[in-house]
Amino acid sequence: MTQSFEARLSAVAATRWRVAIVLTGAMITVYFGFILLIAYARPVLARRIVPGLSLGILLGALVIVTSWILTWVYVRWANTRYDAELRQLRE
Amino acid sequence: MSSLPAAVQATSRIGEPNTVAMGFFFLFIATTLGITFWAARRTRTTEHFYAAGRSISPGQNGVALAGDYMSAASFLGIAGLVSTTGFDGLIYSTGWLVGWPVVLFLIAEPLRNLGKYTFADVVAVRLRHTPVRIAAAIGTLATVSFYLIAQMVGAGGLIRLMFGISYETAIVLVGVAMIAYVLFGGMLATTWVQIVKAILLLGGAALLALLVLSRFGWSPTALFSAAAEKYGDGVLSPGRLVSKPLDAVSLGMALMFGTAGLPHILMRFYTVPDAKAARTSVFYATGLIGSFYLMTFILGFGAMVLVGPDAIRGVEPGGNMAAPLLAEFLGGTPFLGFIAAVAFATILAVVAGLTLSGAAALSHDLWVGVVRREKADAAEQLRVARVATVGLGILGVVLGITFKGQNVAFMVGLAFAIAASANFPALVLSIFWRRYTTAGAVTSMLLGTASTLALIYLSPTLQIDVLKHSDAWFPLRNPALVTMPLSFAAGILVSLLAPRPDEAAGFDAVSRRMHLGGSV
Repeated sequence: MTQSFEARLSAVAATRWRVAIVLTGAMITVYFGFILLIAYARPVLARRIVPGLSLGILLGALVIVTSWILTWVYVRWANTRYDAELRQLRE
Repeated sequence: MSSLPAAVQATSRIGEPNTVAMGFFFLFIATTLGITFWAARRTRTTEHFYAAGRSISPGQNGVALAGDYMSAASFLGIAGLVSTTGFDGLIYSTGWLVGWPVVLFLIAEPLRNLGKYTFADVVAVRLRHTPVRIAAAIGTLATVSFYLIAQMVGAGGLIRLMFGISYETAIVLVGVAMIAYVLFGGMLATTWVQIVKAILLLGGAALLALLVLSRFGWSPTALFSAAAEKYGDGVLSPGRLVSKPLDAVSLGMALMFGTAGLPHILMRFYTVPDAKAARTSVFYATGLIGSFYLMTFILGFGAMVLVGPDAIRGVEPGGNMAAPLLAEFLGGTPFLGFIAAVAFATILAVVAGLTLSGAAALSHDLWVGVVRREKADAAEQLRVARVATVGLGILGVVLGITFKGQNVAFMVGLAFAIAASANFPALVLSIFWRRYTTAGAVTSMLLGTASTLALIYLSPTLQIDVLKHSDAWFPLRNPALVTMPLSFAAGILVSLLAPRPDEAAGFDAVSRRMHLGGSV
């Protein structure tokens, strides 16, 4: 190993926080985007996609689906990459 | 009951003693007390009492997290809001879920690796214990108290409506059952009560949603079309509930970041064996809670079309009886009884979780950490935890009776706003920021709590809705938009103005333990 333990740990920590910040930022953007549309673009949300389904209801459901996707992305990343690097560090 | 309008009284049996509801209710009480008896024999140390011996599996904790989070407010409240306002109610359905990814990305794993029983453990880990624990306990107890009042007052009213017993009897009943679970069975019993309740609630809501969809050719859009046909296109798009844009943003902030600061939710991460299990449990919880809130779309619009907003408001002006009325319409009195019992189980489980987290702040943070300076032996710690449980339980009953008939919606908003403004910033900064200091943490937590309380007092929610004044000094209904950035700014500013190199030096050891686990 060329790198010291401390250097490797701080690299893992930096990556982990970068992933956390990017995903948190994505969630904030999606949710507050939805809230701002509700606040400032009501006619847009009232538009019908198909009979019975307004854009607002569709986007509301998509906010929930986005939450699922983002948690899945994080868990997948953590279970494979992050855990593998932690395993190496523990050895 | 005589308080119901005659037209509704003729068609609905809500408020009459309902044998099916009583049957389900006693079955639930018997089952959960059985669980408590089983758990009591396994609860010998504080690690059992607060953290179920770290023996809960990720799947079990995921369901229990969902159980802790899906309160009666979300089941009865959102269904009621959607059924009477349409789309506007859905703002809550989404807002209450989006905090969970934040919990997963920022909080769950570091919390599990750094703390023992409370979130104060994490903030205090490299800072001075006494001031941090006192400030964190104030934030925790403020959050827990307002959440507890909201649940208790809601419970008393609902149980009176559904079972026809008096408000005070209902509150005392909730208090006694909740104290029994926590006092004897600790976190193990509380966890299993949450699991039973979450399965009942998800099952009941799914059954209701399926029965609704069966009437509309299994098509949600056919249901929405029927709602728009009957009550106008407006029910499918944003309406008057969000007349002020900044109100919507501020409420959104409280819901999103408050979740990551709720003490009874954070405490659940200590019940699993390790950080990976904490991670997996949030993944399951997000899936379950998201499914539940998607179902509230169907339940709300179903109640709007099949029962009607006027009939719902006729039974209870807040709209909270929409889901029970829908159940009665679709499955008669037996299904009404089942849903009523589920709502009651929901309230009981949530107050048990709240009481346990409040007791941990009182005994683990204040008594053991501050008064006894970590010198209390195991028996004393457990004794104090149990005394705190009984004290908080009695306090909950007293507050529930004192606040009878009050508008409680703002108290849930208040609990989320304090959690987002006092607990969340301190937690995030202590995990992420090397230069965070004791003074910064204490300032941020105390200012977060105090400013939230002050601005709620000055807000239209309290000044106009409760005190009936003509206007309010502070314009926003929820203060999180101001108080959360204020708390972050104060914490950062104080830490920068009075740097503490000695406290920053501890960050490397903390960072190592945050990722790798083990001790500092």
